[in-house]
Amino acid sequence: MAAVHGDAHGHDEHHPSGIMRWVTTTNHKDIGTMYLWFSFTMFLVGGFLAMGIRAELYQPGIQILEPELFNQFTTLHGLIMVFGAIMPAFVGFANWQVPMMIGAPDMAFARMNNWSFWLLPVAGTLLISSFFVPGGAAAGGWTFYPPLSTQGGLGVDLMIFSVHILGASSIMGSINIITTILNMRAPGMTLMKMPMFVWTWLITAYLLVLVMPVLAGVVTMLLTDRHFGTSFFNAAGGGDPVMFQHIFWFFGHPEVYIMILPAFGIVSEIIPTFARKPLFGYSSMVYATASIAILSCVVWAHHMFTAGMPTVGQLFFMYATMLIAVPTGVKVFNWTATMWRGSMTFETPMLFAIGFIFLFVIGGFSGVICAIVPIDIQVQDTYYVIAHFHYVLVSGALFSLFAGVYYWLPKWTGNMYSETLGKWHFWLSMFFFNLTFFVQHFLGLAGMPRRIPDYNLQFADFNMISSIGAFGFGLTQLLFLYIVISCIRSGEKSPEKPWEGATTLEWTHLPCPAPYHSFEKPPIVK
Amino acid sequence: MGSKSVVTWAGVSAFALYSSMAVGQQSKYNFPEPQSVIAQDIYDQHIMLMWICLVIFIAVFGVMFYSILKHRKSLGYKAANFHHSTTVEIVWTVIPCLILIFMAYPATKTVIAMKDTSSPDMTIKATGYQWMWGYDYLQGEGEGISFFSKLSTPRAQYENKEPKGEHYLLEVDNRVVVPVGKKVRVIITANDVIHAWWVPALGVKQDAIPGFIRDSWFTADKAGIYRGQCAELCGKDHGFMPIVVEVMEADDYTQWVAAQQSASAVKTSMHVENK
Repeated sequence: MAAVHGDAHGHDEHHPSGIMRWVTTTNHKDIGTMYLWFSFTMFLVGGFLAMGIRAELYQPGIQILEPELFNQFTTLHGLIMVFGAIMPAFVGFANWQVPMMIGAPDMAFARMNNWSFWLLPVAGTLLISSFFVPGGAAAGGWTFYPPLSTQGGLGVDLMIFSVHILGASSIMGSINIITTILNMRAPGMTLMKMPMFVWTWLITAYLLVLVMPVLAGVVTMLLTDRHFGTSFFNAAGGGDPVMFQHIFWFFGHPEVYIMILPAFGIVSEIIPTFARKPLFGYSSMVYATASIAILSCVVWAHHMFTAGMPTVGQLFFMYATMLIAVPTGVKVFNWTATMWRGSMTFETPMLFAIGFIFLFVIGGFSGVICAIVPIDIQVQDTYYVIAHFHYVLVSGALFSLFAGVYYWLPKWTGNMYSETLGKWHFWLSMFFFNLTFFVQHFLGLAGMPRRIPDYNLQFADFNMISSIGAFGFGLTQLLFLYIVISCIRSGEKSPEKPWEGATTLEWTHLPCPAPYHSFEKPPIVK
Repeated sequence: MGSKSVVTWAGVSAFALYSSMAVGQQSKYNFPEPQSVIAQDIYDQHIMLMWICLVIFIAVFGVMFYSILKHRKSLGYKAANFHHSTTVEIVWTVIPCLILIFMAYPATKTVIAMKDTSSPDMTIKATGYQWMWGYDYLQGEGEGISFFSKLSTPRAQYENKEPKGEHYLLEVDNRVVVPVGKKVRVIITANDVIHAWWVPALGVKQDAIPGFIRDSWFTADKAGIYRGQCAELCGKDHGFMPIVVEVMEADDYTQWVAAQQSASAVKTSMHVENK
């Protein structure tokens, strides 16, 4: 470790400016910033694709996107949002916050950190450019089940390489986060004194190291099936298409928690700050997070109840999935108890955190309903499932990211964002999000399958409402971009401690904005 | 302050509205009216779960929004400093476990019933193709009947050149015909990529996997026409390969079988042509 520290400090005197500052930087704050801007860019690209999907579904009939292009849009929307927007955004938060919250000067592997970021634009470019190759982008859904994905053209290969690169980046990022947290905490900061955000990221990073290689393996098998004559997933050659689904979801289900555990962490920082009261049940929060992570590795086949499984298999995966509701419930109860008899104020980060809990719980309920095998047989692959996972990923992961950005912007930039505009952003997001996704529950129950470009007239009115909501939600996010840019450029100077209830090291020991090199001498934690 | 109570009210009432809408039979907010024992079980369990969720929702957010309204700095409320209580934490871990067991019990019974495809009155094989379904009557009355079933909505309708009909995208040239009250085992497979055979009113959804055979079953309660769609992304025309099951009274079914058996060879060859 000592060698790494020395290296990071060596950059103190000559810190390059202009473009080379960003290309060669090993500073966790610069890299965190780049992660966040990259993920926001990808969020806009994925959002553009979502707008295309909703525009096509605005009315029955084929208007804008031909079915093949529609499938490319849905596939790339999923891949870009999951791998390009949500995951890198959380890594960006980890880069900025983990060293400052544990009193470390930087990440453990500063150069690897640079590399794990700079792989991302390459992977993103591969994904987006696949729209322009012959045959177009991958069109087999973000889960790219074979044999359909074996049929695709060059776009599928570009997607496979892109997933490889994203996976490598994630694994390096996670190793870095684990090493940083385990080795570089300030003296006195025992594991059970770490801020909850650090805990959730530590557990998430272990999950990533566990499952990303599995994803890399399965896409490689797909690649060799496509080009080198193997038959892993081809029944005619002795393979099994369903094996792909088992391997994919062994990655895919923990992936869901990879996208939500750091969100729990962010919310667990924000609620106590604005309730001016310590987090209720800290240790049970840690245990709940760990239980969710462990359970998430044994529930994967609940994505495959309709693929056909022995009765015992269906029952096992149903029970295991339902069990996840228990630690998740504990978390919600703990947040409620933290708010209970606090002295609350409702700045934008707190609004987004409460919005997160409110909507995430709805997504949790629909999750339990989807876990019940007989009901899942009806709702699997319908709009009900679309509604369910957008309630946990948009109003879950994304809302927590917004909450975190508003919460830490003063620390990152030294400026305050506009509270009025922030509140507008929250209420508009809340309204349009529900307009978009709530009605999709009804569409799914009534029998509208997902991933179809056209539908029966009985689904027309809800689809129109949903599309209007989606356009509104998309436009609202441009307001967010404006708020952040105007905060950086011309925001009011932030006070030294903008949130009086904050107790973590970055607020108690560092000025606003945080200096380029913080905690060169570690703080002492009592 | 005002805005918060509006939100509380809106949130709770929206959820209550959702649940009440879900209860009405034949509403566009819920599953289609169930036509088999399994579909009825699914329907009832979904309603039960909605009520449980509603009660939990009101309890949790009742507490949270009470706190949001009363425990705020602008009202001069001073923060307490408690941060754990082992008793409370054990209680709110055990109660959800009990609720889950209560939910899992009926679900387990239905899963076992769904899986029991033994001793059917007749067996039909459904094969998914890009992008139509093929049906072969393997056993029982009608054995030997075989045909393809393709979307019959004219292309002009989805290209918006003609007005769309009532069963737009949910109509086929040849329906799967089955008799009422008989246990029908459906063997499901595919020829190219994965499809899924889904008829919501009968409570059947099963992926059709190329190279492998899966099965499911239903017993239709009453005669009628029940419509479903392919439920697994299978390429360009995934949205254009519906499933239509026509349930007939026993006599009508016997007549249909006789008509089919005289004409089936001709029919098959006529419908293999591409769209």
